[in-house]
Amino acid sequence: MNQPVIYNVTQRTQGNMTNQDPKLSSKIFDEDIEKEPIRDGFGKGLVEAGERDPRVVALSADLTESTRTHWFKEKFPERYIEIGVAEQNLATVASGLANYGKIPFITSYAVFSPGRNNEQIRTTISLNNVPVKVVGAHAGISVGPDGATHQALEDIALMRVQPNMTVLVPCDSEEAQKATIAAAQHDGPVYIRLAREKTPKFTTQETSFEIGKAQIFFTPQEDVAIKAGIIACGPLLHNALMAAKAFEYGGIGVEVMNLSTIKPIDKKAIVAFAKKVGAVVTVEEHQVAGGMGSAVAEVLSGEYPVPMEFVGVQDMFGQSGTPEELIEHYGMGSSSIQKAVEKVIKRMG
Amino acid sequence: MVHLHEDKLKELEIKANKIRQSIIEMLLEAGSGHTAGPLGMADIFTAFYFHILNHDSKNPDWEERDRLILSNGHIVPVRYATMAYAGYFPLEELKTLRKLGTRLQGHPEREKLPGVESTSGPLGSGLGQAAGIAYGARMDDKKFRTYCLLSDGEHDSGNIWESAMFAANNKLSNLTGVIDRNNIQIDGMTEDVMPLDSLRDKYEAFDWHVIDVDGHNIGEFVNAVEEAKAIHEKPTMIIAHTIPGKGIKEIEFDYLWHGKPPQKQEAEKFLKELRTLGGKIRSEHE
Repeated sequence: MNQPVIYNVTQRTQGNMTNQDPKLSSKIFDEDIEKEPIRDGFGKGLVEAGERDPRVVALSADLTESTRTHWFKEKFPERYIEIGVAEQNLATVASGLANYGKIPFITSYAVFSPGRNNEQIRTTISLNNVPVKVVGAHAGISVGPDGATHQALEDIALMRVQPNMTVLVPCDSEEAQKATIAAAQHDGPVYIRLAREKTPKFTTQETSFEIGKAQIFFTPQEDVAIKAGIIACGPLLHNALMAAKAFEYGGIGVEVMNLSTIKPIDKKAIVAFAKKVGAVVTVEEHQVAGGMGSAVAEVLSGEYPVPMEFVGVQDMFGQSGTPEELIEHYGMGSSSIQKAVEKVIKRMG
Repeated sequence: MVHLHEDKLKELEIKANKIRQSIIEMLLEAGSGHTAGPLGMADIFTAFYFHILNHDSKNPDWEERDRLILSNGHIVPVRYATMAYAGYFPLEELKTLRKLGTRLQGHPEREKLPGVESTSGPLGSGLGQAAGIAYGARMDDKKFRTYCLLSDGEHDSGNIWESAMFAANNKLSNLTGVIDRNNIQIDGMTEDVMPLDSLRDKYEAFDWHVIDVDGHNIGEFVNAVEEAKAIHEKPTMIIAHTIPGKGIKEIEFDYLWHGKPPQKQEAEKFLKELRTLGGKIRSEHE
């Protein structure tokens, strides 16, 4: 897997009836793949959403640049609203704006929104059922040196338990841009989870994105028998793809699904995936409790139980460190993903 | 500055009394809910729905309507009763309060009942929502006004002060708040639980225009709302001094009536008191 190869994803998936070609980057497995922070994709998407619909407004809680809301602010100063360090008010003012007829994006770090203002989101946005888009930046352990206080590891859980709320976890900047535009067009509350660091941009402009649709991003070559599957979301999806590629070299077939919509969850695709792969590993930069893996387990335990392993944070807070160190330390690196896959295959007997 | 004719005032006072009766009947039927707050705000709700608000009960989503946000959702029985008298739905429906399947939820929900404007109950969240509406309206040069009714007790909550700063910073003069200053909350008197005075000084320090009124003097209240419309540089907060449980001597000023409904015999006694205007007239029910 240290040996970069040019891999033609398009060619590989042609003729496969079950999967649409995801049209991923041809450099997906290369070391020099372009990297861009997921939050940048949001920032671009927000400007585009603003161009498409004059009702789009953006609210910031004193974090305009680091959430990448400043591009919208520069382009549409009259539609940018500063709230200050007041996340409860961020949610309630947005609720009022949406109630009136605007499409507000509220931006902050995920620990503060939807963390600090969770009840305001519950009552005045989700129960009120108004189209506020909650954007949680700097989510996950990869926030790095800022430490545990700023590493949101529970935001997926917080948001997916609220009725009416849609939960999106884009895997790269390209998908974040599309998710942001789709969120603006979606008539209801949406949560979008963003990461801080530069991560591989492995989807392309041609890769489709639809709220509620899971996509197969990697299918092993036909002569390699499928032993397991990985369902991932967020930037760790790239690690999962690298792991699957390494397994393929070793003659073990591992299919990989991008589950960027956690809610409404794509039950049909997940069940079909489980039927095909027989054992599932979920991968996310979030507490295992209540996160994406839990959501997948809720589907499979009811519809088609298969052995599952969960890669994520195991009921711990993070700490300071570089993103790479932390991903390794908390058991979410490529080696941890590989171990989880080996374990789930062993459980199949 | 008198904005209400004597005859109109009389008519509104009679209406408020009817609304108080409905509140007692609703709470008795529901078997749970808050009594003191709704009775205390009957005069102000009457003033809003029958004089101040630009609204259409047959078209509750009318775009140009004034918005009335109720931040302290627990006093919603007074809103339901007033809305029923104003023609939003049949009076008969008031009996469904807090029952399974009702549009009249224990705390108001926007999606359930047209005209309630917003979902509320958890305290401290109304002023921000009202400020958001007022901000959006100003962006689009809309002429309607946004009102927000708040309790005094919910001023313990930080969210309110975040919103107060935001509204003042943005000079939202199309926003008027009304505080039900009845001095009680669930655990006791507000000044014992967490002192709020001086609310006037606090709001003035936050750069709001502040008016103190007798919350049971409809004429005075209407004048204050008119004054707020004339203030163009800042939002206005009307501190309405009210008597919790107003209209029923046994409930007035008693914080223990904040969160409980009347029992059957109590309700009969209270209704008689309201119908006879405290024994001053004979009731048609006798």
